[in-house]
Amino acid sequence: MIRSGNQVMASILVNAIYEMRNYPVVLLNTVLSPLSFLVLIFLISDGALLGEAILGGLIMSMFQSGISLQTDLSHLKNDFKLQEIVVSSPTRPSIYVAGMALSEIIYSSPAIIILAILFAISIHVPFIQVAGIVLVLLMVFLSSVALSFALATISTDIVQSYSFSRLITILLTSLAPVYYPITLIPEPLQFLAYLSPTTYAAQLAQHLGGLTQVSPDMFIFDWAVLMVFTTVFLWAGIRKARWRDV
Amino acid sequence: MSVGQLICNDLGKVYDGGKRALSSVSFSVPTEGIFSIIGRNGAGKTTLVRILATLLEPSYGTASIDGLDVMEDADELRTRMAIVPQEGRPLPWLTPLQTISSYLMWRGESYRVSRRKAEEALALVGLEDVRDRLNYKLSGGMKRKSLLAMVMASDAEIIFLDEPTTGLDPISRQVVWDLLSRLSRDRFVFLTTHYLEEAESVAGRIGIFEEGSLLALGNMDELRASMRYQYSVRVSSGIELPEVDGRVLKGRDGRVQILTTREEAVRLSDQFIGRDIRFSVNPVTLDDIFYHLAGREIHNYEEDGEGGGWP
Repeated sequence: MIRSGNQVMASILVNAIYEMRNYPVVLLNTVLSPLSFLVLIFLISDGALLGEAILGGLIMSMFQSGISLQTDLSHLKNDFKLQEIVVSSPTRPSIYVAGMALSEIIYSSPAIIILAILFAISIHVPFIQVAGIVLVLLMVFLSSVALSFALATISTDIVQSYSFSRLITILLTSLAPVYYPITLIPEPLQFLAYLSPTTYAAQLAQHLGGLTQVSPDMFIFDWAVLMVFTTVFLWAGIRKARWRDV
Repeated sequence: MSVGQLICNDLGKVYDGGKRALSSVSFSVPTEGIFSIIGRNGAGKTTLVRILATLLEPSYGTASIDGLDVMEDADELRTRMAIVPQEGRPLPWLTPLQTISSYLMWRGESYRVSRRKAEEALALVGLEDVRDRLNYKLSGGMKRKSLLAMVMASDAEIIFLDEPTTGLDPISRQVVWDLLSRLSRDRFVFLTTHYLEEAESVAGRIGIFEEGSLLALGNMDELRASMRYQYSVRVSSGIELPEVDGRVLKGRDGRVQILTTREEAVRLSDQFIGRDIRFSVNPVTLDDIFYHLAGREIHNYEEDGEGGGWP
């Protein structure tokens, strides 16, 4: 158990803490995207959509953390052969991936902390609903980890990996109604938004944050979609992922 | 420490697309000292290392190290082995101290113990002054030394080093060779290289690979003994060569190398001394053995026939 803890900590140190300490400029990078959109939505809506924008920023940060896992794993494996060094050590694949996934959240922590403070100041809901929002964010993270696994099976190099992750992040967290309510999208086009799992997450978070209302049926449906999405992509990724090459 | 064996039995690897990288390789060597695999690029060295280091599945055959199968007992083997892969590089955003201590943590050590062991290993390879410098600011030799320090700091008894000196200058290479010798005092080092002089100077046993097959294996004396001609006579150009019992190779610079027997080398030496011809006589090198076994040109000599005279 202690040994596994040390192994997880190694991934966190290498992929987050040492990088943030040695290259402080990356701290700016992690907060830039979520906070820029927040400011933009805040200004355009004249402050009316601040709550949605804060929740959107949190969803984007969690999604970005998960999707970055794929590019980082690929970068470390192909460009530095780090994965070969780790595979030939007592570290198990699940421990390595868990550590790397946690490192992604820690890497995004500056943005998450700022957004959490803004959340505490602007959104006042009972603790149970805050816990629900945290659960939604964890599901977003898990589903993006699953998606990044699935993407890893079709991307062959680092350039492709980066392109995939940028494309997916923009499509699913900027275009999709994450920073704003889905009702702003013309009704005939709303079905497009429902192709994105982040739409369901945002809908749940906005509901739990007391910003919009969804019916009980829709509430259950949103959770179900998030779970199905995560399970399917996790299954697809794990099926293809290999610790030892063939 | 009891010495085990590394055993490959009919080991083969065919990649997707049909590329055959290893063809039914069988051999065994004791897991002590330095065992070096030499061969050209694409000879199958890295494929063999990756299979033995539990990074790659073989297509057929088996391999075991100290009785542990690389497929069945991979988890146990991984607690005993470490690798510096070909083209492995320390991460640019880490320092040598962070690189080594993180690796030790992946091996299960605590943060505090890892830092202490990393500091000791860095001092051992002479990198204590740059332990807190970012890796991207280090020279190529320093980066390589820090990766070697990484495996030295670990408790691994089996170390795989895949072409650790490729791209290094001669002085850095010598430093790495010294480290390898130190490393092999109490561990088994499996080294691949395409520098023949590297294998000859550091390895106790050498395996010669060509096109996925093992052509020969043994220490230098055994490899020499397997040669028909065990001596090399080199003479300058512009002389009339007598009839010789051996293999005559003409260099592009005009010099001639004769691979021959001990008796014939003595006879030729007497003749050359009598004729005041500059020459040198040496036991065959790994270069000569490799050339002989691989049957292709690997250095600046062209075959000029067996038992022949001056062309």
